[in-house]
Amino acid sequence: MAALKVLRDLLKTNTEFSIGMALTVIVLVIAALSFCSPYPPMDMYVVPLDLPPGWPHLFGTTSRGQDLFWLLTYAIRNTLLFGLSVALMSRVLALVVGLFAGYKGGWIDRVLMSINDTFIVIPLLPILVLFYFVMRDNLTWGWLALIMAMLGWAYDARLIRSIAISLRNRDFTRTSIFSGMTTREILQREHFPYVLPIVFSTTLNNINWSIGLEVTLAVLGFTDINTPSIGGLIYWANQHTAMVAGVWWWIAFPVLLLVMVFIGLYLLAVSMNEYIDPRSRLNRMGGAA
Amino acid sequence: MRSKDLNSIKSDHQSDTVLSVQGLKAYYRTTHFGVNREVKAVDGVDFQVQRNEIYGLAGESSSGKTTLIKTIAAALKPPLEIIAGRVDFAFAPDILKMQSSDLDDLRWRHLSYIVQGSMSVFNPVRRIRQSFVDFAFRHINKSRPEFDKLLDAHLARVKLDPGILNAYPHELSGGMRQRATIALATICRPDFIIADEPTTALDVIVQKNVLDMIKEIQKEMRSSVLLVTHDLGVHAHVADRLGIMYAGRIVEEGPTQTLFRNPRHPYTTHLISSLPRIGDDTMRKGLEGAPPSLASPPNGCRFHPRCPLAMERCRHEVPAMTTIGTEHRVACFAITT
Amino acid sequence: MRAFIIYGLKRLGQFLLVVFIGVNIAYIITHATPIDPVEQSIAAVTAYGNTSPEAIDLMRESLRELYGLKGSPLEQYATFWRRIVTGDFGPSLSSFPTPVMTLIARALPWTAGLLLTSTLLTWMLGNLLGGLAGYYRDNKTLKLIGVIAMGLHPVPYYISGFVLLVVFGYIWPILPITGGSDININQQFDLNHVVSILKHSILPAASLMLIGIGSWFLGMRSLVSNVVTEDYVTYAQLGGVSHQRILFSYVMRNAMVPQVTGLAMTLGTIFNGAIITEQIFGYPGIGALLVGAVYAGDYGLVLGVTTFSIIGVSAAVLLIDLIYPLLDPRVEAS
Repeated sequence: MAALKVLRDLLKTNTEFSIGMALTVIVLVIAALSFCSPYPPMDMYVVPLDLPPGWPHLFGTTSRGQDLFWLLTYAIRNTLLFGLSVALMSRVLALVVGLFAGYKGGWIDRVLMSINDTFIVIPLLPILVLFYFVMRDNLTWGWLALIMAMLGWAYDARLIRSIAISLRNRDFTRTSIFSGMTTREILQREHFPYVLPIVFSTTLNNINWSIGLEVTLAVLGFTDINTPSIGGLIYWANQHTAMVAGVWWWIAFPVLLLVMVFIGLYLLAVSMNEYIDPRSRLNRMGGAA
Repeated sequence: MRSKDLNSIKSDHQSDTVLSVQGLKAYYRTTHFGVNREVKAVDGVDFQVQRNEIYGLAGESSSGKTTLIKTIAAALKPPLEIIAGRVDFAFAPDILKMQSSDLDDLRWRHLSYIVQGSMSVFNPVRRIRQSFVDFAFRHINKSRPEFDKLLDAHLARVKLDPGILNAYPHELSGGMRQRATIALATICRPDFIIADEPTTALDVIVQKNVLDMIKEIQKEMRSSVLLVTHDLGVHAHVADRLGIMYAGRIVEEGPTQTLFRNPRHPYTTHLISSLPRIGDDTMRKGLEGAPPSLASPPNGCRFHPRCPLAMERCRHEVPAMTTIGTEHRVACFAITT
Repeated sequence: MRAFIIYGLKRLGQFLLVVFIGVNIAYIITHATPIDPVEQSIAAVTAYGNTSPEAIDLMRESLRELYGLKGSPLEQYATFWRRIVTGDFGPSLSSFPTPVMTLIARALPWTAGLLLTSTLLTWMLGNLLGGLAGYYRDNKTLKLIGVIAMGLHPVPYYISGFVLLVVFGYIWPILPITGGSDININQQFDLNHVVSILKHSILPAASLMLIGIGSWFLGMRSLVSNVVTEDYVTYAQLGGVSHQRILFSYVMRNAMVPQVTGLAMTLGTIFNGAIITEQIFGYPGIGALLVGAVYAGDYGLVLGVTTFSIIGVSAAVLLIDLIYPLLDPRVEAS
């Protein structure tokens, strides 16, 4: 299948892709392991406290009596799911705004872009903090994901819009129109393959962004800190002054996993972008004649 | 079509050669995924350009003429490599072996470039004046105010409003930009100017202005111009001598009028005959086939697959440039044997 | 000149739109939710003691007045905007009766100083290094910096903050890790105080800069490798213009232009980073002010800081937008 061949090509020639893929796969495996966890995630004080990494507690235990490794599997799973849901929901808005503005042009484009730029400029963390302040415990993961999706589409909408503009003006679009293809056919058959890669890479970046923002909020204690999430773990570790108490693994392992997610997804997005962009392809081949 | 006639060429000539190209071969060599690929863009080119003459180089888009001028200007970047031959200027012998620092010294002072009109050669975030300072100030040993006076005088001489110096590139029209480029290329009064498709993408009236400007400046400075374009009409207007390039080699060369009145090489004949002429409404026939791929060109004479005069010999041997008239050379077995 | 005025007016319009939408969002969040901030504050205040019902009623009344929640929705909206325009966010609950605006004014110089210097430094340094890396593609040192940048740049600000905190707070305690300046120093404008301020700002600034440099580096490197293929660069090389001149006046000067736009677009994110960094290092800026206000249930202060942040960041973006035509003369033409 063509997709598998592309995958193999990328793995063989592109180090960034391989590293990104490796990191992401490791994280996904750990997340999947959460389904075999011997400890329910919300349980506390079930194992001896503050044990350093070793056997049988691979990553040690926390000051709340939880096995860090199995807790981490839940935490990373929740964090990843959160990031993915925000990214998927905000794709809808980003695609709608970006494509509409790009294809229609004119005053519609100008109005949409003015609104779009507003959401790019507004600092989102204070707004989210305000949401938390007002909703407190009613700010569940679902609500938070929805709110972030409604705030975080602007940057990607711009990218999608510029693709739409360039597609609208390309020669092959005009040819398709002249040869009698309907708008739907053009969009589906001709334009979709161009839009898809950018949607994919912006999704990856958006996952990073939303996880980053969620962890920031959690570290401050502004999310639902009782369901395990990476940010929540760091929050509790701080509450128990883990660093000072010498329980370094409580912070180190969540941070390590988090960094793996960020770098992994980022490398994937970057290498896919480069692979698809024809100009950088030519550069890699040693330049055109 | 106005062209210089043979007599005036002879009287203007001083018999020194400014540019001499001998046996030049330049290929693009790439290795990708373990596969070696060689594009023989310039494959054995010999010609000379004299002082105070405009030498036209004509050819289709895949004839290798762009690579040829890149090589002559010693502007090679990998994967373009010199395989054989040498390029000598009167002011720079064996230029291909020169150090880049020495090359930079002679650039603009002795050798300058006019490029295609649609290219933006001016720095978009700086005023036009700045480009003149960047390119020319270091060659002209004068103070800045004196340099500015010189600039104004130069522009006035080529009938350009000195006000454009304060403009940004995007504020000028395409034609104005091109004429400013010509002014830029000639301010140091170089010995040799390479003009690469200077009138392409300009409308007809602007084309004439640009060509007239090139001609006037060349005549006044008595420098040499290598004019490269596929447009034979342009060559007819300005070139003293003309070289026809096909698939990496020069196939015919001679004074412009001679080539237009009496083309000998089958390719040249076809090119000239396909030009529209007033009063002549015979059907034009296209040439069969397509220009060869320079990665795997045909053996022997590269034109033989499309040539109406092709012989068995043409398939295996490469014809050499042979003189068949006054300054008229041709590389064709059918003509010279 | 006329073109610039038109451009400036357009940018001003955009600024007003951002403030309008942003502040309205803040309004909607605080007024359209079923949670009553007055009840919340009362709950926070009365949680630890026995307060008489009359006192609670009085509190409710005065809080309602304070928070601008008296009257019909339209009256509340009008009050809200009136207060913003006059800069009157009321007194802070946690630091009663200090006006919110005073607290913000006190904390603002810290954040402004930290952000201004660290952002400008990272932007310039990142662009310079990235530009060199894009131009001198084979330089080993620059390649190494590139790899480090790629690894650092997706790391979030709190991680760099934590790492620095741990390294310089516990492992190698040579720099102060909390506060804006030493507590036992006279708060006057003398050399000791200035040095103390600088020392205390090193770690927060470093935390912001380490991550920030990565993204500017990568962006500039990619921009430069595109600009280098532009016609005017090739032509300048053909013209024998000196390499140094080409690098700075032709390549970097052009590649820099989209980075200015990028700066305007990421100011919001940088501000977010400053908030968490201030929290980690106990730096007395408006970020720390905001977080403290949330913990204390100080409605007026939270709303005040949020509104102020929106206006502040938008104003900074407006400033950058107005400077932009100076760098790219083509902008006025459209």
